[in-house]
Amino acid sequence: MTLLTEKDKAAVKALWAKIAKGADAIGAEALARMLAVYPQTKTYFSHWPDLSAGSGPVTKHGKKIMAGVGLAVAKMDDLSGGLLELSELHAFQLRVDPANFKILAQCLQVVIATMFPNDFTPEAHVALDKFLSNVALALSEKYR
Amino acid sequence: MVKWSDFERAAIQDIFSKINYDVVGCAALSRCLIVYPWTQRYFGSFGNLYNAAAITSNPKVAAHGKVIMAGLEKAVKNMDDIKTTYKDLSVLHSEKLQVDPDNFNLLADCLTIVVAGQMGAAFTPEVHGAFQKFLAVVVASLRKQYH
Repeated sequence: MTLLTEKDKAAVKALWAKIAKGADAIGAEALARMLAVYPQTKTYFSHWPDLSAGSGPVTKHGKKIMAGVGLAVAKMDDLSGGLLELSELHAFQLRVDPANFKILAQCLQVVIATMFPNDFTPEAHVALDKFLSNVALALSEKYR
Repeated sequence: MVKWSDFERAAIQDIFSKINYDVVGCAALSRCLIVYPWTQRYFGSFGNLYNAAAITSNPKVAAHGKVIMAGLEKAVKNMDDIKTTYKDLSVLHSEKLQVDPDNFNLLADCLTIVVAGQMGAAFTPEVHGAFQKFLAVVVASLRKQYH
């Protein structure tokens, strides 16, 4: 787990404060984008009738994902502990290949770039990228 | 041979006609050096890369951003055979510059984020998909001559 410096944590919290209001929309858009741009990710959602942007399942699930990211922001000082339940979910039930966490992280960052171009500076970008890598590590902790 | 749909062709041409090469090239390379600092290993002669401010204002970074965009433009102009168009560039990166090809994806991700920031809502998921495919072909072509 890369150590998040105090500077990183402050940068992520500052960015989150700006984007939190639009979290639901960001989540839905990022998920839709992931399914469209990286079609191999659709394999995890074969049980959904509609995988298109704006569909019920995608919108609802995007919201759920962002709630998870929000939780991670709140539990930034102890991601392993704070994300324990989600970690067990991903390890024992969902079993999402960890490579996909990076893909979703990229999509989240693209969406944030389109919606908040002035706030998503290179400094904010590196802090968020580090943070999301750590979240991914915490989520895959229980895999083996 | 890579097959491009009409939409994909149009989307790629559109992106490259709209973006400011000087701004995007510099911004993408800067972001890559800032977000993935290990990539700085290839730019030892560029002088001051100590922090984000130094990187974004470094004239060698800006100049090299332009070189990268010129390279991408070659691919845009030869979309039906990027592999052959990039043969010499691939040899250059593997034999002379000795760049780990995994780094190409890092720069590609940063370029996507910069273009997304420039285009805003116009960078729809479909346009994003076309751009991602284009960059995947570019990266694969640059990897081709690594042995």
